[in-house]
Amino acid sequence: MRSGSVVEAALRWQQRLSEGGFWAMVTVTVDGRSVKVREQAYVLEACRLAGADVPTLCHHEAVEPYGACRLCMVEVTRPEWGGHTRMVASCLYPVEDGLIVHTATEKVLDVRRVVIDLLLARCPNTPLVRQMARKLGVEETSYEKAAEPTDCILCGLCTRVCDAIGPAAISAVNRGIGREIAPPFKEPPPACIGCLACAEICPTGHIKYQTSDTSRTIWGKTFEMLRCSRCGRAYVTREQAAFFERTRGIPASYMGLCDSCKRKVLADTAAQLCVTR
Amino acid sequence: MRIDSRAAFDAAVQAAKEKVTGRKRQVFVCCGTGCLANGSAAVAEAFAQQIAEKGLDVSLGLFLKRTGCHGFCQRGPLVVVQPEGVLYTRVRPLDVTEILDQTVANGHCVERLVYRDPSTKAPVPKYADIPFYANQTRVAMRNIGKVDPADIEDSLANGAYAGLVRALNDLSPDEVIAEVERAGLRGRGGAGFPTARKWRATAMAKGERKFVICNGDEGDPGAFKDRSILEGDPHSVIEGMVIGAYAVGAHEGFVYVRDEYPLAVVHLGVAIAQAREWGLLGKNILGTGFDFDIKVSRGGGAFVCGESSALMRSLEGKVGEPRAKYVHASERGLYDCPTVLNNVETWSDVSAILARGGDWFARWGTEKSKGTKAFSLVGKVKNTGLIELPMGMTLRRIIFDIGGGILKDRPFKAVQTGGPSGGCLPESCLDLPVDYEQLTAAGSMMGSGGMIVMDDRTCMVDVARYFLRFLVEESCGKCVPCREGLRQMLAIYDRILEGRGRPDDIGRIERLARGMKLGSLCELGKSAPNPVLSTLRYFRDEYVAHIERGECPAGMCRALTRYEIITEKCTGCHLCTRACPTGAIVGKPKQKHAIDQGKCISCGACYDVCRDDAIRFGGRGRPEVAAAAQ
Repeated sequence: MRSGSVVEAALRWQQRLSEGGFWAMVTVTVDGRSVKVREQAYVLEACRLAGADVPTLCHHEAVEPYGACRLCMVEVTRPEWGGHTRMVASCLYPVEDGLIVHTATEKVLDVRRVVIDLLLARCPNTPLVRQMARKLGVEETSYEKAAEPTDCILCGLCTRVCDAIGPAAISAVNRGIGREIAPPFKEPPPACIGCLACAEICPTGHIKYQTSDTSRTIWGKTFEMLRCSRCGRAYVTREQAAFFERTRGIPASYMGLCDSCKRKVLADTAAQLCVTR
Repeated sequence: MRIDSRAAFDAAVQAAKEKVTGRKRQVFVCCGTGCLANGSAAVAEAFAQQIAEKGLDVSLGLFLKRTGCHGFCQRGPLVVVQPEGVLYTRVRPLDVTEILDQTVANGHCVERLVYRDPSTKAPVPKYADIPFYANQTRVAMRNIGKVDPADIEDSLANGAYAGLVRALNDLSPDEVIAEVERAGLRGRGGAGFPTARKWRATAMAKGERKFVICNGDEGDPGAFKDRSILEGDPHSVIEGMVIGAYAVGAHEGFVYVRDEYPLAVVHLGVAIAQAREWGLLGKNILGTGFDFDIKVSRGGGAFVCGESSALMRSLEGKVGEPRAKYVHASERGLYDCPTVLNNVETWSDVSAILARGGDWFARWGTEKSKGTKAFSLVGKVKNTGLIELPMGMTLRRIIFDIGGGILKDRPFKAVQTGGPSGGCLPESCLDLPVDYEQLTAAGSMMGSGGMIVMDDRTCMVDVARYFLRFLVEESCGKCVPCREGLRQMLAIYDRILEGRGRPDDIGRIERLARGMKLGSLCELGKSAPNPVLSTLRYFRDEYVAHIERGECPAGMCRALTRYEIITEKCTGCHLCTRACPTGAIVGKPKQKHAIDQGKCISCGACYDVCRDDAIRFGGRGRPEVAAAAQ
């Protein structure tokens, strides 16, 4: 079964319900406030529920947690640990009943300041990074500014969302300092469908594209746009329509109308039905 | 031949032993990587040829054996003549005739090839009398250098697979784990996690499919113990893995080995094929109904793939990047199935423990660190090579008794243990018993067993930078503190070593190191500041000298060091003139010499060769200060 199919999602729900696990809740204490959170959640979700301000750069609900930016570090402990605490990435640490979370200890803030300080050296001109740094009390980086500043923080959201949708057209290449996000061989990626999900999810707007009613260009690849048969506006790329037909079984005819026109047609149909009744 | 019962195993061992005892005399030629690089293949070839030509196998019962690494790599190629146990060092193919005529035929020793005590110069012909070997206790490396790794019968005659027979026939999986627990075995990859606890968690984890992995991705600079074990005695590792698989209920195993270890890959492949053929691996092992097979996976050479979660991603065919280990591999490891991952040395220890018993292994060591541990002893020490010792031996004994002391008898300055995750320990730590806790408390760690000895001509700030450079190359780049932190840390070190250090740089280093330690995703990043923090802890004055005074106390940082000839002491021996690579030393033989500072590159070659202490060095001062003075 293809991941992401509606049937599989339904089966997953059914299984979770039959295990009785889906609604099972655990209690976690965040900064002294006790919250109930679903058992499958990670600590970050509990922190957000409790209203704690935990900054993140590589986290997004739409994709699997990654743990790369290290801004969401918190200190966790349990009464039986005898005062011992652990520094963990809250986006990846599974919640457990009775867990005690501290989101703003001096240790936590120290790590966040070092991390944002380092990112500020890498991305000295990026508004989002500057703003987060200022919030953590870092006005200027204490390290050497990058010779070639970039807006890419290597959060991996673009590659993860591309993997989740399916094309997996881009990935992180090279190691360490040389790491960057790129299509294979840095050529226009054959697998890219031009859906723009990578650019939309990018927190710093680093991924650039052009789109018009006739064509779209991203990652050096140019796509032909399919137009809505009703209003004529560009709706999806030809590759996108073909991809969803191939992988999700969505008929090409479904892509004939844009979302807005689909709603209008639906409304018209409903209106006619009401009249005839 | 396929062994399908205990009786058949005993018969096979008996047959193998008879075959070996039939060889009255043997010549062992070390064909480990170190000796091969020194030309041991040609030596072995010369022996083989002459034995065949002269018919010595018939007349004297002489057999040649190509063995794994004997450990004494510095003196290779090594040749041992048995049963006398005479060790010859630095043997050339031309020496073969003499060894055969003198030692094998007449029992005389070829004195010029014998190891000599470095201080007394007295010859020490017997293998067992050489301090380098006499002070060792070999468990994981018990058969290396004794057996031909490409011949399973030779291993069987030397006790291989006895532990497996015992485990599969006499013990339940729980009892196997209990035996390992009694041994007190902890992970030899460096972190020292109790092996039995790891196994028990995996055994109890739910899952149809479980995996056993051997981590042979040894990547620390200066470490080569796993390489030697895989090259010299692969059966000990295979046996350990089958035992582990039986204990946790796994049927599939992987050995992840660096592709840069070609000999290990070949020997491992041969050993696995032979073990399968003999019924010691694969379906229905030893007729007990237990199935387990091993695949070899060759790593592409990324240091980070030695980290267990990255290794598993790499095995899955994905990019070798670590992931958070809040859920242990014993629950969700390879392909999200329960997985046991242990180091090469650990697996080799396991087979010995099952053969000899947990109590036997636990006789050695300290309270919390039992057994023996292999180290690669390298650096400025007289005897470099591979050693295995009981835990708890002091650094002083390791470096001075086994290692024979510092090269050229210079003063000892520091020893670096644990590779890029470890730290540098100074003279005040020399009496530290080596075990997991003590090393960690001193700011270093056991790591994979690299031990790099340094003398007074080593700049500790530069040593820290060496490891930073290594890590900058090897960080996977996934998380911010490791990727960006290492780059910035290196930038700080670069400027300190060029004399442009800032007064607040020590504080900046400490703050960054703390952030990396607490914030990084995997152990690579978390331990990356160790070389920095340990040198800061023990050699802070060297940092201060570089930053504040613009001088390198070891005289090694070229930008900061100026060499001079002390005219009164110079005897005009002319040694320094010949050593100088740039022709910067002026003066005729038997006359006073001087250094032309315009040509001098401050390499220190003259200082190192001078026998009269007639060369001294001093700091140049910070560049801006020096420039102002001029």
